[in-house]
Amino acid sequence: MTATVTTDSLTEKSDRVTSRGSGGARRRLPRIPDRIRQGGLPYLLLLPAVLLELLVHVIPMIIGIVMSFRQFTQFYINNWGGAPWSGFDNYKIAVDFNAPIGEALLHSFLVTCVFTFFAVGLAWLFGVAAAIMLQENFRGRGFLRAIFLVPYALPVYAAVITWAFMFQRDNGLINHVLHDQLGITDQPSFWLIGDNSIYALIIVSVWKGWPFAFLIVMAGLQNIPRELYEAASIDGAGIWQQIRKITLPSLRPVNQVLVLVLFLWTFNDFNTPYVLFGKAAPENADLISIHIYQSSFVTWNFGTGSAMSVLLLLFLLVVTAVYLLITSRGRKGADA
Amino acid sequence: MRNIRAAAAVTLAISIAAGVTGCGGGSTSGGSNDSPKTLTYWASNQGPSIEADKKILAPELKKFEEQTGIKVKLEVVPWADLLNRILAATTSGQGPDVLNIGNTWSASLQATGALLPWSKENFDAIGGRDRFVDSAVASAGAEGQDPAAVPLYSLAYALYYNKKSFAEAGIEKPPATWDELVADGKKLSKDGKWGLGAEGANLSNNIHQTFVLGQQHGADFFDADGKPTFTSDGAVAAVKQYIDFMAKDKIIAPGNAEYAQNQSLTDFAKGKTAMVLWQAAASTFASQGMKPEDWGAAPVPVASGTPGEGKNVNSMVAGINMAVFKNTKNIDGAKKFVKFMTSDAEQKLLNKTYGSIPPVKTAQADEAFSAPDLAVLRDTLAKSAAPLPQVPNESQFETAVGTAVKELWADAAAGRPVTTESVKARLEKAQQTMQQ
Repeated sequence: MTATVTTDSLTEKSDRVTSRGSGGARRRLPRIPDRIRQGGLPYLLLLPAVLLELLVHVIPMIIGIVMSFRQFTQFYINNWGGAPWSGFDNYKIAVDFNAPIGEALLHSFLVTCVFTFFAVGLAWLFGVAAAIMLQENFRGRGFLRAIFLVPYALPVYAAVITWAFMFQRDNGLINHVLHDQLGITDQPSFWLIGDNSIYALIIVSVWKGWPFAFLIVMAGLQNIPRELYEAASIDGAGIWQQIRKITLPSLRPVNQVLVLVLFLWTFNDFNTPYVLFGKAAPENADLISIHIYQSSFVTWNFGTGSAMSVLLLLFLLVVTAVYLLITSRGRKGADA
Repeated sequence: MRNIRAAAAVTLAISIAAGVTGCGGGSTSGGSNDSPKTLTYWASNQGPSIEADKKILAPELKKFEEQTGIKVKLEVVPWADLLNRILAATTSGQGPDVLNIGNTWSASLQATGALLPWSKENFDAIGGRDRFVDSAVASAGAEGQDPAAVPLYSLAYALYYNKKSFAEAGIEKPPATWDELVADGKKLSKDGKWGLGAEGANLSNNIHQTFVLGQQHGADFFDADGKPTFTSDGAVAAVKQYIDFMAKDKIIAPGNAEYAQNQSLTDFAKGKTAMVLWQAAASTFASQGMKPEDWGAAPVPVASGTPGEGKNVNSMVAGINMAVFKNTKNIDGAKKFVKFMTSDAEQKLLNKTYGSIPPVKTAQADEAFSAPDLAVLRDTLAKSAAPLPQVPNESQFETAVGTAVKELWADAAAGRPVTTESVKARLEKAQQTMQQ
């Protein structure tokens, strides 16, 4: 191997010298023996990434799947290879929706679906609206663009803990404005416990997520030819018609990826609820990521927690596959 | 081409094998003396900050090094991270040699089998088990087994009260019974001020308080076989009594339902609440600008007015224990270090600094621990404190019941009725989530 590479690099150098010597005209690519270029080289270049991917993703995932079939509790942490096999017991516990553990998992799954729907929907809506509004060149556009990206640039922990302070009932800014200044609420509301906690979670998540949508859509807008708008405007199309007939259809491929990414991030989000509520989230905001964390690491039932993680993984795989299938079919239809 | 494929295959196989075997469970072997000159020590964050802890401990570790030639590498771990760090260390087998654990985790961590059991022989190496207060040793592992750790700092709950608020309300002495506490609380709860403080969203604190009330109602949260009994009449009554301070008696501010960052102590220091049930709060009050004469400490109330054993228990045995990882490479040094930290001199010095009580009897006799509020803690530990259930699933218990109580606080704060049935339903659900 080593010898081959050395010879290659020498050949490469002499090649370059030759080409420069002959007036700089580029005759061909550096010569790597065909047998490597056609067969092995791509694999060789991929190898480091594949190895890291294995170590960081695949192996832990396999270990997680193995754990989900074992009765893995605190008794086996020190020697978890010795945890007894439990077959599908952990899965049965997780999906027995009539028993409290399964019921709680189903509840947190449904809470997560509602949360994801609103958090992704609103983040997308704000992102698209802001990107379209900032498309026209006007004074202060650069400043606004920079300001809009601040939530995306801030460290999650610092940002969410600030929100947690603002949501405090007695000393928080939110109640100070809603109750003390505007008098919208009769009495100061709880945001971090009880029924309102889901709203608090959605607000923080949207605040955190929309700048990403904004950034991606803004990039997507650069690719729409200005002529289309000019032509439409000459034909008498108003701003809404232009958005509906030109902007949104042109953004479709961008939006497909954007919504999928936002969905996966939001559905799995752990940082926001954990920093906002601590390790025991209120019932109304008990997202599945926190729920699984609690099942595994707080109550030390690693087996059941792993089974729940595998179920979540399967769910997200199915959703992603169906989504990609539908959207790619749609695209093919559009192309045809 | 074949070379490349072969090389890739071999590299892949090696990396997978390394990954799999590397994660194949931590070592279960016992300790050795392969590196007798060094130790790693994870200290829990006891002082006002991690830096402060380092400053307090560094000279002591230096002293130990001078005495024994063993260098101790110190890491101060914040409370919120400590349990996860211990779990990670246990799983990987890559942990410190000596570490601090919260004493309520003792039985749970004991069940992992990663900690050195403190047999008679090991205790003799540090001066004998008799040197330690019984209740402190009882909170270092399950009954009938060798303790998983050695007590280091002991703490107990007391009722702290604001002398000025009491004087203004015309109350002459701190309440000794719960009825008196409610009556005094009602006198104190007016003009935006409140009688009692609570940390409704702090799961551990919820457990500590309801456990003590449970003892007073004759209820443990586990039976003799270690099976959960969260829905016993006594347990339900205890939880309801605690929540009723807000729901029915209205002596706790509704906002306390979301407290989890010791905000109730800040409210106390600001004079917004007149009483808190807390363990060794003196240093926190001092750091928030209170002078020692501003507050007093009394035993936590009991129904009879006289704390003692059984139904008159008024505190859990709180504190920090010192454990040794079984697979340490310096077992002799680790024991020497535990001996040093539990020596009379170090016990006096460190407990004085941290405002805790030494679990070592001879050190406890020191005059420094006879100051009025420390004397309350000391007497409570000696006469009327009980360890939390030392069962392997204690950690689950804290989460399950602690969360149930947190949800009940939320109900009370929102003005929803808290009844015996609603308390029982929450506890029932908590009990059903307990596995094993």
